[in-house]
This record gives sequence, C-alpha cells and structure tokens, in this order.
Amino acid sequence: MATEFVINGLKATIEGKEILKGINLSMKGGEIHAIMGPNGTGKSTLASALMGHPKYEVTDGTVTLDGEDLLEMEVDERARAGLFLAMQYPSEIAGVTNSDFLRSAINARRGEGNEISLIKFIRQMESKMKALDMNEEFAHRYLNEGFSGGEKKRNEILQMMMIDPKIVVLDEIDSGLDIDALKIVANGVNEMRSEDRGFLIITHYQRLLNYVKPDFVHVMMQGRIVKSGGPELAERLEAEGYDWVKEELGITDETVGQE
Amino acid sequence: MSTEIVLPVDREAVAALSNSKNEPAWLAELRLQALETAVQLDNPKPEKTKIDRWNLDAYGTASTNAKVAQFSELPEAVQEVLRSSEDSEVANVLVQVDSNVIYTQLAEELKQQGVIFTDLETAAREHEELVKPHLMQAMKADEHRVAALHAALWNGGVFLYVPRNVEVSIPLQALFYQKDSAARFAPHVLIVADTNSRVHYVDTYISSETTEASVHNGVVEVFVKPGAKVTYASIHHMSKETVDLSYRRAVVEQDGGIEWIVGEMHNGNTISDTTSILKGNGSTSDAKVICVGNGEQKLNLTTRAIHFGKSSDSQMITRAVMREQASSIINGITKIEKGATKANGEQTERVLMLSPKARGDANPILLIDEDDVTAGHAASAGQVNQEQVFYMMSRGISREDAENLIIRGFLAPVVSEIPNEQLQAMLKSYIERKLGQ
Ligand SMILES: Nc1ncnc2c1ncn2[C@@H]1O[C@H](COP(=O)(O)OP(=O)(O)OP(=O)(O)O)[C@@H](O)[C@H]1O
Ligand SMILES: [Mg+2]
Repeated sequence: MATEFVINGLKATIEGKEILKGINLSMKGGEIHAIMGPNGTGKSTLASALMGHPKYEVTDGTVTLDGEDLLEMEVDERARAGLFLAMQYPSEIAGVTNSDFLRSAINARRGEGNEISLIKFIRQMESKMKALDMNEEFAHRYLNEGFSGGEKKRNEILQMMMIDPKIVVLDEIDSGLDIDALKIVANGVNEMRSEDRGFLIITHYQRLLNYVKPDFVHVMMQGRIVKSGGPELAERLEAEGYDWVKEELGITDETVGQE
Repeated sequence: MSTEIVLPVDREAVAALSNSKNEPAWLAELRLQALETAVQLDNPKPEKTKIDRWNLDAYGTASTNAKVAQFSELPEAVQEVLRSSEDSEVANVLVQVDSNVIYTQLAEELKQQGVIFTDLETAAREHEELVKPHLMQAMKADEHRVAALHAALWNGGVFLYVPRNVEVSIPLQALFYQKDSAARFAPHVLIVADTNSRVHYVDTYISSETTEASVHNGVVEVFVKPGAKVTYASIHHMSKETVDLSYRRAVVEQDGGIEWIVGEMHNGNTISDTTSILKGNGSTSDAKVICVGNGEQKLNLTTRAIHFGKSSDSQMITRAVMREQASSIINGITKIEKGATKANGEQTERVLMLSPKARGDANPILLIDEDDVTAGHAASAGQVNQEQVFYMMSRGISREDAENLIIRGFLAPVVSEIPNEQLQAMLKSYIERKLGQ
C-alpha cells in the first residue's frame, strides 16, 4: 500500500492558548511538501503536535498514517508506525553515546529477539556517517552534547537515514548549516526519496528547496495553512517576502498565540 | 543528648586485642588513647542529616578467620567479585573477611621493586618507620567519636607503599567482606605513595545478606608525596542493616595528584566523606562519586577539597540517583586557605529523583579566604528531563527504555573511569540491582 498521511482539521493548544487552528494537509509517498511562513506562526507546533509532544494538547481533528489513527498513539508508537521528526532544537543527552542511542532506536522497531547484529549496525552507521561527511568520533560522543548547531542537524539526518521512516518531518533542518553541509544534508534527503516515503519540510529559505525540489509549497500564518502552490510559490516568497500574501488575504498580524 | 557515656568496647578488650596481635607498644598506646578520647567526643554532625537514630554502635566482636593459601579456598562471594572472566588467578590482591585479612598475593616483580602490599597489622609490626608517621595523621582520632572509635578498634586493613619513582601499572586490589554481621568490621587503608611514584588501587566492600544490625567503620588515608599520582577507586555494596561510615582522606604534596572514584552502592544508611588536603604547590585532586539510593536509605555524601598549596587544583563531581523513599544530602565543599594563590576549585553535584518520595539535596559550599583564586560550582536536583524522554521516544524508544538510558547515562561519566574492567562490570551490575532491574 502506498504511504498516505492525512492531517484533517488539526487544532492544538499550549497552556490553554490555541496555536493550531485547523490544519488540513494530505501527503502521499513520494511527495515532498514544504511549509514556509514567518516566525511564530505555528510551524514547529505542528511538527511537535504530530509527534505527540506532551506540552501540546490536540483539541480537535485527526491525523492518520496509512489509515491508522496517530493521535491515539504514544510518541514511541508514532515513531514505530513510521513518523520521524528532525527537530529544530534537538535535545542533548549526556552519558548516552550516539551509537547506543541509535542502536536502541533501531532495535525498538525490530522488536525483541530480532535485534540488529552489532557488526551490521556498525557497518551501516559508518557508511551513513561517511555519506554525511561526519567524523567517526561522533558515533562515540554523547548524544548531541556539545555538538555545534550544524553537527546536530547532520545528526538528525543520520538518525533519519538509519531509522528509515515513512513520513519525515524536517523542522528547519537547514538552519545553522554552512553551504557545504546544506548540500550534504540535501543529498541525504534526496537519497532517501522513494515512492513510499513522504517529506514535510519546514523551512524559511529557498536555498534548501533548490536542492530538494518540493512538489507542493504551503504557507502558514495564524496557525493555519493559508496558501498552497507549487515550487514557484517558494521562489516568489524568497523574492518578495510575505507582505503580498498578507495583503491578498487581509492579514495584519500573521503570528499566533500572542496576547 | 544523653549524658551517659557508653562505649561499645572497654579498655581491657582493646588492650587484650593489641596483646593478642603482638602489636608494638606505640600502636597499643594509640588505641587506648583514642578510646579515652572517644569518651569525650560527640558523633559527627553531617550537614542536614540526623544520625542520632542510626545504629552507630553495632560493632560486634573481633573475629579471627583462618588464613588461606589458595585463591580457590576463599569464600565464593569473594571469588565471584575477584575472578576475572578469562583466568581464575587474580594477581595483586588482598582479602579481608570480617575482622582480619586472610589472603594476600603480590606479584614477585612488584616485591622486587620494593612495593609493600600487606595487611596493616603486619605492616605496623614490620614497617614501623613507614606506618607510624602516617597512621591516623590525615584523619585525626579526635575529630569525632567515630574517628576515635576507629583508631581504637580498626582491624585488618591494607598497607600499600610504593617507593620513590616506582610506577605500578596494574591496579592493586583489596576486598573487604563482612561475612558475619556479629563480627567487628573496621578496616583501615593506609597508602603511602613516595616521591614521583604512580599507583592505582581499587577496593570493594561487600557483606553477606543479613537482618542483623552492624557498622562498617572505615578510614582511608592516602599520602601522596611530591610528584606522585594515586588513583583510588572504591565500591561499597553492603547489606541494608549495615551502617556504612566511611572517611577517606588524602594529603597531597607538591605537584602530587589524587584521583578518587567512588561508587556508593551501599544498601543501608551511609556517611561518606572524601577529603583531599592539597598541601603542596601545584597539587591536584579529582573526585568522582556516584550513588544509587533505594528503599529507605539515608545517605550523606561529602566531597571536600582544602587548598593550602599555590596553584592547587580540585575537581569534584557527585551524581546520585534516588528512588523509592531514599534520601540523600550531597555536600561539596571547596575550601581555599589564605595564601593558596592561583588555586582553582570546581565542583558539580547532581541528584536525579525517580519517585515522588525520593529526596535529594545538593549543597555546594565555597569557603574562600584568598582573593587570587578561581572557583566554580553547579548543583541541581530534579527529575528525569521530559524533553529528553520525548526526544528519545520520538525515535521509537519506549518511555521505560528512554528513562533507563538517561539514568545510566547520568551515572556513566563515573562508571567509565573505574580503572579495571572487571570492577566496572561489577559496578554496573550493582547499579542495575539498585535500580531494581
Ligand atoms: N512551549 C511553549 N510555551 C509557550 N508558548 C509556546 C510554546 N511553544 C510555542 N509557543 C508559542 O506558539 C507560537 C507558535 O510557535 P512555533 O514555535 O510553532 O512557531 P514557528 O512557526 O515554528 O516559528 P519559527 O519560524 O520562529 O520557528 C509562538 O507564539 C510561540 O511563542
Ligand atoms: Mg519553528
């Protein structure tokens, strides 16, 4: 069955404030969707709510992955169902090495009695790290601890490549990356493109989309998707900013959740 | 406080013991003097922990276990700890069961180099010139009643002497096993590392399962002479009914260094005090302590560095995980004396509480009497970070596994420092046991 990811009328609040005000978005395997939008319009909130972050309360709507109700699931179950979120600000966890963490993540999906052999795991990890131009020492460093901004982003992509998810949400994976790293990360994403994998890429800049060509571009304001189009929409936003969208839609304050 | 002074032993018993062991007169005298001092002293008053209801006097009676010649004749519990996975012969090891040392083994090569590794009772008879100037000098008998009683009652123990310029590459190891809870258990470890020498020493304190109250009153004294480096690692894992009173003191001379690695995996109430006296210029101390508390344990853990030497440096890290109703007070004390210019002291205390009834209190204390110094501290007490749990779960790891990884990760920086793989594995297994896995 081809991958199908459907967000329908999703509303979410944080500390009682409504941030997501009814998100509708439908994605199929093989598609790349980009979400753009000014700061504070709810993009990361959408990503976190999809993944099930405990701070966000979903108050309405549905999210399904291949017909399965994601909102009913715990965070780890969502991940094992095939959802992956590369976070805008990944956590640092001292004392847990990157490789131990990744192996636990892989084994969690494979289940007890079916753990990946150590040698196979190491081989896989080494080849993916090489593809991402990551120094081998990062395997033995503590998870994200003391990583630079760019190194953290690369490490998110490494995890994505190792975990092999169906739906990938990338929240500002391009922020903090230098030009070379941006190309490497984009290559990683392109390599992972396949008929049964969908990408939802949250970004502020066209430059990532030059390397990873989106099929659809959505603009988020005030906790909603207010405009959708093809790749040309991103190009126009890059050239002209958001004012014309706001004007067209009669929006004065595009942010959400401000008192 | 009661005014009636009752000591757990009397003068006659102490004198008789000295006599039976053929102790030199100075030592017999030291014990009797300490006993007299004990009458006038109060118990220690560890910061924020009330110990008046602890069973502090269950010293039992001195026992004598037969010495054994072969490793294979040692009690199974002892062999289990010492036996490495590959070979059954264990080199450079000393074993105390209850009140006396029953087995000592030191490689011929080390003996040739002049290394002395024997029980302290023997050393007091045979190496008076090395023992007498050091015994109960880093830890004074008149510090408090527990110290005085230790000075009067200590038994078995270790004496380790490393001559000038000698570097011992493999860790020397001691194991203290309280088999019978009615036996007195008060080993004293005395280490003298002579100028420019180097040594790693590890010891383990275990006991049989028992429901009887008992006390472990242990003192460790390490003398680090100029330019010498000593690593001391210790793991404590005794029965729930045993009160563990452990005082560790190092006196570090010019350019010398002490490294403490302590695994507090004891199951009963604990006072653990690890102090470095940085006497010489350029002397250093690095203390790492981890602790897992469970059940109804009460723990008071202090690490302390006292700087006298110029440009002396102290680092202290304590990490404690408290579960169930366990409670801990973690004190870090950096004291810099006037004149210790360019001294530097850094300390971190962190407590992770795994249940609503677990308690942890981290107290960083800086006492600084000199202007030209640097010092820093960080302390925290809290629960497992839910942001970290979310991150791990978002990769498919279950909540339970995520928390377990985080807790083990919290302790990892100290576990990985244990200079002996066998002991590292053992410490990990004690951690698992105490975490209820
Ligand atoms: N944990 C939180 N506590 C309080 N307010 C929050 C929290 N998370 C998000 N918000 C608020 O929700 C609104 C949307 O935030 P969100 O992070 O989703 O924006 P964004 O579109 O991702 O912005 P950016 O482009 O800057 O990353 C903001 O007003 C933000 O302050
Ligand atoms: Mg964001």
